Amino acid sequence: MIYRETGQFKANYQDDQALFPIDQDRYVIFGILFITFAVVPYLLNQYWLNAILLPFLIYSLAALGLNILTGYCGQLSLGTGAFMAVGAFSVYKLMVAFPELGFIPLVLLSGLITAAVGTLFGLPSLRIKGFYLAVATLAAQFFLIWLFNKVGWFFNYSASGMINAPPMTIFGVIVTGPEANDVAKYYLVATFVAVFALAAKNIARGRIGRNWMAIRDMDIAAELIGVRPLIAKLTAFAVSSFYVGMAGALYFAVWLGSAEPTEAFDINQSFLVLFMIIIGGLGSVLGSFLGAAFLVILPIMLKNILVDGFGTDSALSAHIEIITVGVLIIGFLIVEPHGLARLWRIAKEKLRLWPFPY
Amino acid sequence: MRKLTRTIVAALLTLPLISGVASAYELVMPTLDYRTGPYAPNGIPFANGYGDYLNMLNERDGGINGARISLVPCETGYNTKKGVECYENLKAEGQSGALVFQPLSTGITYQLIPKASVDEIPIFSMGYGRTSAANGKVFPWVFNFPATYWSQATVFVQYIGQEEGGMDKLKGKKIALVYHNSAYGKEPIRTLEKAAEKFGFEFMALPVDHPGQEQKATWLQIRREKPDWVMMWGWGVMNQVAIKEAASIRYPMDRFIGVWWSGSENDVLPAGDAADGYLSGAFHQPGDDFGAHRDIKKHLYDKGLGLGERDRIGEVLYNRGLVAAMWTSEAIRKAMEIHGTNEVRGKHVRDGFEALEVNEARLKELGLEGFTIPIKITCENHEGPGQVALQQWDAKAGKWNLVSDFYEPLRDITGPLIAEDSAQYAAENSVTERSCN
Repeated sequence: MIYRETGQFKANYQDDQALFPIDQDRYVIFGILFITFAVVPYLLNQYWLNAILLPFLIYSLAALGLNILTGYCGQLSLGTGAFMAVGAFSVYKLMVAFPELGFIPLVLLSGLITAAVGTLFGLPSLRIKGFYLAVATLAAQFFLIWLFNKVGWFFNYSASGMINAPPMTIFGVIVTGPEANDVAKYYLVATFVAVFALAAKNIARGRIGRNWMAIRDMDIAAELIGVRPLIAKLTAFAVSSFYVGMAGALYFAVWLGSAEPTEAFDINQSFLVLFMIIIGGLGSVLGSFLGAAFLVILPIMLKNILVDGFGTDSALSAHIEIITVGVLIIGFLIVEPHGLARLWRIAKEKLRLWPFPY
Repeated sequence: MRKLTRTIVAALLTLPLISGVASAYELVMPTLDYRTGPYAPNGIPFANGYGDYLNMLNERDGGINGARISLVPCETGYNTKKGVECYENLKAEGQSGALVFQPLSTGITYQLIPKASVDEIPIFSMGYGRTSAANGKVFPWVFNFPATYWSQATVFVQYIGQEEGGMDKLKGKKIALVYHNSAYGKEPIRTLEKAAEKFGFEFMALPVDHPGQEQKATWLQIRREKPDWVMMWGWGVMNQVAIKEAASIRYPMDRFIGVWWSGSENDVLPAGDAADGYLSGAFHQPGDDFGAHRDIKKHLYDKGLGLGERDRIGEVLYNRGLVAAMWTSEAIRKAMEIHGTNEVRGKHVRDGFEALEVNEARLKELGLEGFTIPIKITCENHEGPGQVALQQWDAKAGKWNLVSDFYEPLRDITGPLIAEDSAQYAAENSVTERSCN
């Protein structure tokens, strides 16, 4: 009853091909955007913005990037952590060398650098597929982290190999470094995520996205109907790495403030983002957000409810948290192997018929 | 389903009520523990020692000068991201706000150094974290006494020189460093490189990746290269694996020196008798034969209030947690004295740290006579004395013994390095040096 498209007639092709053809979807999206930009920053305190929403948004962007590669183009990658590191170290070197360019161009630039590196490591995908490609990207993970840890130029020869984000401003408001304004940081990251989520949605349904999906579904058939695997696979690697690189840049410069390659960008990071898109839903923009929320927000909430709400011992609640998240992952994947996004689709189908299902 | 929803809503609504009970002024001391993960064997005894000492002050004296201490633990698992989340969560806890953070992880310390100075909360990274924070002019909010990693590295070089029969005998010797491949493990490298230049020994650095369970390749290299001495900057499970590997290639244990985070019972016990003679840095005594320990047993463990197990009181890392708690509580006491109030905040406690002096007489009053070195902190020197001794493991008796005097660090090596590194930090983060007059 609520979610019914009866009576919504499309009179031209443009309306029919709109990003969100159904009115209700559009209202929900506008509602979410309104809440994100106009309500959340004034309602929530510093802890929520800094420690919960920032990582959620940044991981959503990274998951979006990996989803383009793995979900839309079908190329399994275990190098996300390393590509985030490329973004982070690029933005660090650029911030120190060219602070006058401004923070937003520097983030975009480090995304482009990551895209170049990602394309390079995507070359093997033309010859190898599936699990073998996963191993090739795993090599990227180990090689790049080793490089950033070993070569002093990347961390400006600091004694401990750590990189620190120097303070930068946008329109006079500090957005990186310790004195950064929390609301400004949130707005910056939320804007990046909103703009690039919209872009991803559009790319995915256009010609390039259809090429990717053709390659994913059956590469030989795609080649026969005229999709060029070289272009399709390498654009997927480039666009995906661009997203992941920007996520890495924001992760280091805006959220953490300082990072060391071995801990902040290790293999667990790659797995975490991969799990986000598997749980959220492969080949779905919404899924990237749901997966990130599931693996970033849920554990923190669980911990806070246990420790602050029930006064559980902090170590015990850490164990409970690990167990609960593990059980939930298995549970969700048994109920719906295609992820949370698919659950939402089923819910929408049900809502459409409610209250008179047949 | 509806019942479940109602329960959840009810639970959420009552949450603020449970946590928001107001009472008398309490000194909020957050602890970033790690009782889970690969570093838990070392994190648990430290957290127990730290917590037990402060809880004992509550039980015995009713807190510090009558103000009760409220310990707020947060589990980090030695993970930097979780540590930052804990910090954000706890920094404004209670009426007083967090008074001091003890991160117990170099990675977390690096994250918190810039944040804490903005939030006006002191950081006490006791003998770890960023070495150049010893320069109080650039790092007013960070304290890393009683000695830094760089001081410790120079002390080890002196010990080796002494064992070899003089510093001039170091020429041509080969010294290897097995280190945790992270910010923490890399700290001493530059100092040792400088020392190698000065004394003419050959220095080789061998990284071990987190968490350090796999070290076969590293020790194979040591067997091949045959260094005269091996130093180790390890933590967690890495320590015991390294000592076991050293034993398996029959490397002489009395030529194997660990940093003070690589010298606890947990690290040597798994290797059994083979670990006999292993050395490590130390700045306090092992054992539980002190007044403070007896008070902890009497006021906590006899009443079932202890955080750990009774027979593990006095282990090396337990005592390290205890000494950290002692210095922290003394700093708070000092802050109360300076500002003439019990209702101190983070910024007052910083003043307390900067004026902190715990001499032999005060240690005796605290029931810790001869337990550690006397310290005196000043505005420009946040490292304090910088003295380090060596302790040796006696596998038969199953205990550590201090086997050397406290050495002075080689300040002609560490001094310029600290000045250089803190200047770099100041330049990168546009910090202006404060004056200390």
